[in-house]
Amino acid sequence: MATKSLKARQDSLAITNKQLEILNGGIFADGELPYFKDKIATIGQYPLRPKKLEILQINVGYMCNQVCEHCHVDAGPDRKEIMTRETMSQCLDIIRNTGAHTLDLTGGAPEMNPDFRWFVEEAAKAGITDFIVRSNLTIIRANKKYYDLPEFFKKHNVHVISSMPHYTRGKTDKQRGDGVFDKSIKALQELNAVGYGMPDSDLRLDLVYNPSGAYLPGDQMALERDFKKALDEDFNIQFHNLFAITNLPIARFLDYLIASENYEDYMYALVEAYNPAAVENVMCTNTISISWDGWIYDCDFNQMLDLKVASKVKHIKDYNEDLLNNRNIIISQHCYGCTAGAGSSCQGTVA
Amino acid sequence: MANPYYDAADLRKFGKITEWSEEIGTKFFEYYGKVFEEGALSAREKSLIALAVAHVVKCPYCIDAYTKDGLEKGITKEEMMEAVHAGAAIESGATLVHGVQMMNKYNKLSM
Repeated sequence: MATKSLKARQDSLAITNKQLEILNGGIFADGELPYFKDKIATIGQYPLRPKKLEILQINVGYMCNQVCEHCHVDAGPDRKEIMTRETMSQCLDIIRNTGAHTLDLTGGAPEMNPDFRWFVEEAAKAGITDFIVRSNLTIIRANKKYYDLPEFFKKHNVHVISSMPHYTRGKTDKQRGDGVFDKSIKALQELNAVGYGMPDSDLRLDLVYNPSGAYLPGDQMALERDFKKALDEDFNIQFHNLFAITNLPIARFLDYLIASENYEDYMYALVEAYNPAAVENVMCTNTISISWDGWIYDCDFNQMLDLKVASKVKHIKDYNEDLLNNRNIIISQHCYGCTAGAGSSCQGTVA
Repeated sequence: MANPYYDAADLRKFGKITEWSEEIGTKFFEYYGKVFEEGALSAREKSLIALAVAHVVKCPYCIDAYTKDGLEKGITKEEMMEAVHAGAAIESGATLVHGVQMMNKYNKLSM
């Protein structure tokens, strides 16, 4: 289990160009597998274009209390990139005027940003009604100052989407670190206690499942059924939906794939599972991603590869939604991760 | 020297068998896909049966495929190993039950 980010380890993969070199080279450069752009060109989807903007996803910083092996953000306690209140204020201007209906806060652990609560309160005042916070769960138990997060989420009717790699301790801790499973269970029970995730509750609690290794997620509904049964029977925990998310070959997951000699097989599996029906609804067609320092990206993955939007508007200081919506989405071979099988997005499957 | 009989990368080429006999190859893969769909048995249960059989028929490709399939379906390593034991128990039982034949023959031939 890693304890430091690639960046802190000064690993060559911390350099985004190095990752892009790998994604564009090797089995793709020598023609063994087709480039993503050629694949989607066959169904008339190249260049990939945005549809109506629905979700603003704001990454409020890469700092996290965990160092998960698969993390595409390369997040961790040693990451100091945190959104300032000034940048948040610029985001609030956008929130007041956007056509998007959903604000999706992510990180790192978004709750670790010292201005996180202020931002949520201000965004609520700005009229956001559909609020998502992507919580890693353990943060709720990490320190006393976070113990009241379930109440805070409830007060603002935040939709909580939490990572939970498996309903068994072994698999969870292997991916996310020792003790993560027990803390996550405790956090889920606390969320349940204030009403989150209960069958008829409006307080939405969804879980995110992503594989702990070099394989694709299975059927989302079957996994949801297994998670619900196990968490209910073993811990009396309730939640609403399970989102099965495919790991994209970026940052620490890419590092893992290469180190474990699974990279080629994994890319083969992604390309083999390519589903043209999933291309239609990939999340970059209805979402934009904003980084801690205000740059704009087609998705959180492109953010981590530092692939800024192909638009005159690249930073929130110049934000113009109409201009931004008239852009081509930047793609590379990591995009196969969102079109494999039933597709994958921050809201789970798409096809 | 690399083993010339089994190459893990050949599993990816399995679908190519249809190229030399399209109709029955295609029918086989249709049947195969149908078998593993959710039915009276769940896809999860069928995956474990497939894993056990893969071991009994000692097919390295099938073992790779159904270990991965099990992981995708959230099957734990303990469940996988129990499935392998179930296959192994039937296989060893199948050997041992012939011991009765040996006993019959022994008794028939002995005074």
